[in-house]
Amino acid sequence: MITGRALNRVDGPLKVTGRATYAYEQWEAGRPLYGVVVGATIGKGRITRIETAGAERAPGVRMVLTHRNAPAQGPRDESVQFEYWRAQPVLTGPDVRHHGEPVAFVVATTFEQARGAAGLVRVEYAEGRGRFDFAAHEAEAYVPEVVNAGLPADTAVGDFAAGFAGAPVRIDRRYTTPYAFSMPMEPHACLAEPRGEDLVVHVSCQIVDAAWASVAATLGIAPERVHIVSPYVGGGFGSKLGVHAETILAALAARELRRPVKVALTRQQLFQLVGLRPTSSQRVRLGAGRDGRLAAIAHDVTMHTSPDVEYAEQTAATSRSLYAAPHRATSHRLTPLDLPRGADVRAPGEAPGLLAVESAMDELADALGMDPVELRIRNEPDVDPERGVPYSDRHLVDCLREGARRFGWKHRPATPASVREGRWLVGYGMSAAIRGHFQGPTAVRVRLEPDGTAVVRTDMTDLGTGTYTILTQVAADGLGLPPDRVRTELGRSGYPRSWGSGGSWGAANSATAADRACAALRGQLLDAARSDPRSPLYGSAPADAVFADGRVRVGDASEALDEIVRRHHPEGLEAVGETAFMGDDPNYAAYSIHTYGAHFAEVGVDADTAEVRLRRMLGVFSVGRVLNPKTARSQLIGGMIWGLGAALEEEAVVDPRSGAFVTRDLANYLIPVHADVPDVEAVILDGHDARANPLGAKGIGELGICGAGAAIANAVYNATGVRVRDFPITLEKLLPGLPVDV
Amino acid sequence: MRSFTYERAVAAQAAVAAAARDGAKFISGGTNLLDLMKLGIERPTHLVDISRLPLRDIEELPGGGLRIGAQAPNSDVAADIRVRTRYPVLTQALVSGASGQLRNKASTGGNLVQRTRCPYFYDTAAACNKREPGAGCAAIGGYNRTHAVLGAGSSCIATHPSDMAVALTALEAEIELLGPGASVRRVGIADFYRLPGDTPHIETVLRPAEMITSVLLPPPPPGRQLYRKVRDRASYEFALVSVAAVVSAGQGTIDSARVALGGVATVPWRAVEAEAALRGRPATTATYRAAAEAAMRDAVGQGHNDFKIELARRTLCRTLAQAAQPVRSG
Repeated sequence: MITGRALNRVDGPLKVTGRATYAYEQWEAGRPLYGVVVGATIGKGRITRIETAGAERAPGVRMVLTHRNAPAQGPRDESVQFEYWRAQPVLTGPDVRHHGEPVAFVVATTFEQARGAAGLVRVEYAEGRGRFDFAAHEAEAYVPEVVNAGLPADTAVGDFAAGFAGAPVRIDRRYTTPYAFSMPMEPHACLAEPRGEDLVVHVSCQIVDAAWASVAATLGIAPERVHIVSPYVGGGFGSKLGVHAETILAALAARELRRPVKVALTRQQLFQLVGLRPTSSQRVRLGAGRDGRLAAIAHDVTMHTSPDVEYAEQTAATSRSLYAAPHRATSHRLTPLDLPRGADVRAPGEAPGLLAVESAMDELADALGMDPVELRIRNEPDVDPERGVPYSDRHLVDCLREGARRFGWKHRPATPASVREGRWLVGYGMSAAIRGHFQGPTAVRVRLEPDGTAVVRTDMTDLGTGTYTILTQVAADGLGLPPDRVRTELGRSGYPRSWGSGGSWGAANSATAADRACAALRGQLLDAARSDPRSPLYGSAPADAVFADGRVRVGDASEALDEIVRRHHPEGLEAVGETAFMGDDPNYAAYSIHTYGAHFAEVGVDADTAEVRLRRMLGVFSVGRVLNPKTARSQLIGGMIWGLGAALEEEAVVDPRSGAFVTRDLANYLIPVHADVPDVEAVILDGHDARANPLGAKGIGELGICGAGAAIANAVYNATGVRVRDFPITLEKLLPGLPVDV
Repeated sequence: MRSFTYERAVAAQAAVAAAARDGAKFISGGTNLLDLMKLGIERPTHLVDISRLPLRDIEELPGGGLRIGAQAPNSDVAADIRVRTRYPVLTQALVSGASGQLRNKASTGGNLVQRTRCPYFYDTAAACNKREPGAGCAAIGGYNRTHAVLGAGSSCIATHPSDMAVALTALEAEIELLGPGASVRRVGIADFYRLPGDTPHIETVLRPAEMITSVLLPPPPPGRQLYRKVRDRASYEFALVSVAAVVSAGQGTIDSARVALGGVATVPWRAVEAEAALRGRPATTATYRAAAEAAMRDAVGQGHNDFKIELARRTLCRTLAQAAQPVRSG
């Protein structure tokens, strides 16, 4: 088997030699024009005057688009089921809905000319009274109809109030998480190239099919005239699920000017134009017996949303399938603020949700005087506690036990703030991890060429995650070919349509579809050979067929695949495999399908300054079958490091006077650097979830972040005895609780 | 497009003459200036590249001091064996700043005149007296977690970002300047920086077209040298608080002490009150605490940065205690 091996990335040599061309690097269309987006400098109000003459006269300027001259665009159509497929019109009118919203787009011969002219666009505003302060407006929250992923806003089982009131040990705490951003290394970028009536859009995106539909609907052109090209993507983390203003503006300008137009957002503009994780205020109530068994769980979450586009992160859904308790309730509430819209950021729901729930579980363990690992094991459910259906394949307890053993959890200081090594207060913390596993409609075509090589094609993307590699592996196994005879081609509209990369679904969807395509091809090859008197396999029994080394074997007889193809399908032979939308898959109704993990962290906290430094971290995960342990590990440790950032560093701060994010670059919005990450290890348990899909593989991309931050927060508590419930845990929040005597 | 012209200076005096042009600026490593130009915060019309001037050497001075050429990269200064052995506080400060790549590029002179990282200074839509005199200060009443608690005024509360300059302040370095007409003058680092007052856009006593040619280190002061930087992550981040300390203690008494602070003030901050509170006092926790109290007596928080006052006290206490420990022999 090639699948399951730590195959190096097949696109690795292209990437390290700079030959993998990203959207902004495309030159095949010839010399492009350059666009620069001009953003609003107020947070709420209306443009009263916009003066573009100076910019238009500047050297090299070809066009200045504003709401006054922007071409008509399709409206955002709420009847399209998934938002990312909808039109995304820009420069639609004089209203300013958030700071940085595009008010003009300047196109010039060079980037420097465009940027210089952008500074010459004069905009006057009538500034309105914006709502920018979450805490001040939290009480204005409303109940959304549904939350992200189509989940219900509120759920209830049993009688939470009674169960909680009757519990001998109760935890009732509020946790807050900040605005946070996807910050892919590659900014959002696009090169739009008109070709006759057609438009080729090189764009950095996660879902080609969504980009295709969205660009066509926005520009009001026939979808078949739009061609999306996105073979390489430098990270997305949710922020590239849909296309944004830069893509629409480049496309509009390219059509008007009949020239290729390219644009990349600046790092600062990423903080304004591509969505963000909403800030949250989460109340968690846990009621337990003295034996640690939970009687009642409630998780009530209020978040910000944009009045323009509702986004309800499924943060309270985090606790719905995690622990057993007869009485339970969850709720989501939304407070409209005049800020950039909420959007999916890696592990929407679980990432902020587990910071709260798993901190609360640590507080409960502390109140009970019980080991936090043991507390979680005691609350392991037999069936999904909300839905009443069995789990497809749940190994949370295995993750907890294996992690505790490997980490040396038994050495955890039982008393907080009891271990000091020189200037460092040392603590251990842990957290459980859970993440929903999703499935969406995805098609993959596998083609066998007459020369015996195979080509895998789908509009699926590779965000740097390893899609090229795993599809090569799955197809190599599916056809019995060595991996160097399989070529995977991704990221173009016109290829079979997929749900792209996002929600951790990309690998399982596309690998399952590829596997099915290979199965269909095997059937066709075998049928052709068995019914052909010229084949050594003529009349053989199909059940005994083995595909390996480029041949199909039945007993002692065998024939090379390329011979069968050449004889019967001189043009090549192909088949398409598919996965269905999860709502149409009976397993999603019959089972509760998730991935699991357990994080363990050791931190040092400087006894004088309260600086927190991670010392080591371990995650043990259950994700079904692993397609490639190397790419899987990268995903998991990347997520764990993100969790470290969420616990200690990441925070976007709004100035409530202006509605602008103050921390608007990577010098002020901190994420972990190498020196913050000493020793992070991810272990994946062997597994196979047959109810998820025939390959037994589930999503990995988001699980690493889930719970990782809570493990660190709990370690900080264990080190210091100070519980910080307002994330991130920056040193000023710990300082007042540290011993005065230094 | 904001055009500018560029020339590469071949001699120091020629560089100064070239910089006399209206709108001219020196550029060396460009690690700060280029960022600011891209954002439209600095808008020079002429750049005089001084990075290739023969000012990269580190030379012995009579009496045991060192002369550091203004074009010596931060990495070279930090790695110089004479600096490491005689001025360890300077090496420690340098390597705690920026990243390896930036330190390779950044010059000694450029480091001294780098601009603040106040986010409102960087946001051209926000009011900033430093960027646009008279515009106001958005940091006052805004998000000011990283801002100054010492030396601030009603016009500006931005911190000076340099680590190196804090160590140089404790070492009482002098800065040698070359001006038009071959005028040469030396300014003590304590006199080099200006408090914001009503003119926060004027940050140093540099005169028009004056160029830093070298930094002069007097012979090392007696005592143990330490630089302690407190920050939100382990690397590549500016100081919330930093302390440069040189403490000489013998027989349980502090003979002399030099203390400078970074991250808390609008300029690299010499804590003279703390030094006075240490001199001749017993090397005890009570003394360090009294010194820390003295250092921060005039500190004023702006809200989000209130914690810096206590953080600075605690960091001072610990750093002074470490610096005053007797040097172990053998």
